[in-house]
Amino acid sequence: MKLIVAEHAGGKLTKATLEMVAAAQNAGGEGPVTLLVLGQNVAAVANEAAQYAEQVLVGDSAALAAYNPEVWAAAAAQIAQEGEASLVLIGGSRSGREYAPRVAVKLDAPYLEDATSLSVNGSTVQAQRYTYLARVTETVEASAPTVTVTVKPGSFAPAAPAAAAGEQYDVELELPAARTQVTGRSVEKTSRVALTEADVIVTGGRGVGSPDNFATYVEGLADRIGAGVGATRAVVDAGWRPYAEQVGQTGKTVQPKAYIALGVSGAVQHLSGMGKSKFIVAINKDAEAPIFKVADYGIVGDVNQIVPALIEAAKK
Amino acid sequence: MNILTLVRQVPDAEARVKVSGSAVDLEGATLVIDGMDEYGVEEALRLREGGANVESITALAIGPKRNEDALRTALAMGVDRAIHVETDEKLDAVALSRVVAQIAQAENATLILVGGQEADWDSQALGAATAERLGWPQLTWTNELKVEGDTISGRHDVDDGNESFSAPLPAVVTTQQGLNEPRYPTLPNIMKAKRKELRKDSLDTYGAANTVRVVNAEIQTRARMNRVIDGKDPQAAAEQLLDLLRNEAKVLA
Ligand SMILES: Cc1cc2nc3c(=O)[nH]c(=O)nc-3n(C[C@H](O)[C@H](O)[C@H](O)COP(=O)(O)OP(=O)(O)OC[C@H]3O[C@@H](n4cnc5c(N)ncnc54)[C@H](O)[C@@H]3O)c2cc1C
Ligand SMILES: Cc1cc2nc3c(=O)[nH]c(=O)nc-3n(C[C@H](O)[C@H](O)[C@H](O)COP(=O)(O)OP(=O)(O)OC[C@H]3O[C@@H](n4cnc5c(N)ncnc54)[C@H](O)[C@@H]3O)c2cc1C
Repeated sequence: MKLIVAEHAGGKLTKATLEMVAAAQNAGGEGPVTLLVLGQNVAAVANEAAQYAEQVLVGDSAALAAYNPEVWAAAAAQIAQEGEASLVLIGGSRSGREYAPRVAVKLDAPYLEDATSLSVNGSTVQAQRYTYLARVTETVEASAPTVTVTVKPGSFAPAAPAAAAGEQYDVELELPAARTQVTGRSVEKTSRVALTEADVIVTGGRGVGSPDNFATYVEGLADRIGAGVGATRAVVDAGWRPYAEQVGQTGKTVQPKAYIALGVSGAVQHLSGMGKSKFIVAINKDAEAPIFKVADYGIVGDVNQIVPALIEAAKK
Repeated sequence: MNILTLVRQVPDAEARVKVSGSAVDLEGATLVIDGMDEYGVEEALRLREGGANVESITALAIGPKRNEDALRTALAMGVDRAIHVETDEKLDAVALSRVVAQIAQAENATLILVGGQEADWDSQALGAATAERLGWPQLTWTNELKVEGDTISGRHDVDDGNESFSAPLPAVVTTQQGLNEPRYPTLPNIMKAKRKELRKDSLDTYGAANTVRVVNAEIQTRARMNRVIDGKDPQAAAEQLLDLLRNEAKVLA
């Protein structure tokens, strides 16, 4: 089988999961596309999963109430072994890339990380991935009975529901006790469209000037044009914005139709997270700012003057 | 506590990357110790300076000769000794973790610090793979770390925010920007570092075989239009930009 560990949030499969389903369906290779749903009280998620996969395996237990890398790795590896999976697909989220290597070691399987393409030819699996801060695209391959892969979000068009619902099976899992205790959690919620799913993103950098300006200009423009809000690391580190909004090497990778950068210098670590956007727009008072090198459209000017004019003009 | 801190020598983030044939070519690139690994070296030193019971701090590199420079940097920053498993073979994370795990056991390490993401291969896998081989817990993307007795605690980034954690040692911790400000090696320490032990090991001893082949590499360039509007008249500039986004790019309604 081609095993996919489903990612879900708020009782729904994530878009990244549907992307993995599409990746598995189109990769070639043998066996049914199988979604493994892990969690507690996940019947609704399992039903949704059955619309997309030929088989759904459901691990529903109190031990799976909260994500833990060792627990998730044990569950995924056990199912991959019992089902003789040729492919194990795991989301290229922070948590997915955290437990996937453990699965690979447990299965003694090669690990292809953060794949943006996937094809299976016999027992050889080939994938592409970005390296060198997303400046280089490498093609990597591995040959083995089982290959573990994490799939980069946003790289595949999400799968559509199938005509017939897949079969659901409950699975018995042997899980280790979680050794890491979570003693506090700060979750950053936004009422706007999720960054990785937004068609248009407005991002603010240090050049925006202050948290208040960020709200007025960046959020103001985003709300006017129905965009998601992003931030540079400089702004996140300064405490102006939550980490969930950070775009770049150590934040999110995004690929919207339009990426509008306000007061952002365009450091390589930032570019690595947004350089694949379809159109890039920069507003910066420094004509020499590196962001202009990657921009399709730019305005050399002060965000304090340009952005209010943009918000005004966008009303028309 | 014995700390193992992993380091690599990589192209500087600003360095231009070249591809020759089907592989990345580092000829002429400025090479530096991986920034993410530097946070690990610094954290090990700070744990000792902060009074944690640290018996030894060993820097470990696995890879080609250039990694010696990363080890020298770590020694000059203040680690006690270094181990270099020298090989020109490009090993994937699953293979590398075999070597790291064996060395961790031989060195009686109880804490392994690894950079959260490699500056060149962008991989985040080595820490987790090593933790699995050793049967240890792991904490990734850590930006705060404390050791008390046999327990580590701190804060790290997760998918949708951050978490405070506590976990038993031994453990693997991956490091990132924000954990600390790495020190610059001083001249006396650079001199002193020359006399510190840098052990060379052969890869053969560790039985690690590569499982992932790189079959091609390409530079991604995307032609950008670079249409820059002068913002002296903000209103005119704003209207022109909106017009381009609506009618040329067709990305706004
Ligand atoms: C290991 C590592 C990982 C990193 N990861 C990330 C990451 O994931 N994401 C990220 O973003 N960064 C990351 N960084 C940081 C990155 O190197 C830059 O420091 C950061 O992106 C800069 O943010 P900025 O553009 O907001 O600020 P600055 O570089 O300070 O740029 C501000 C810009 O605003 C312009 N400006 C100032 N005033 C105005 C005005 N009134 N009107 C118009 N323009 C104005 C300036 O000309 C300047 O270009 C990382 C760094 C390291 C070392
Ligand atoms: C941030 C960035 C990174 C890039 N990385 C690479 C790369 O690794 N390999 C590659 O072949 N092409 C890279 N490019 C594309 C490259 O700059 C040129 O578009 C392309 O190579 C054509 O060269 P040129 O002589 O026309 O431009 P050049 O005049 O050589 O470059 C244009 C500008 O891009 C910037 N730049 C170029 N390379 C880098 C770099 N590695 N890091 C940071 N800034 C850079 C410089 O500020 C330079 O002024 C990068 C572009 C940018 C903006």
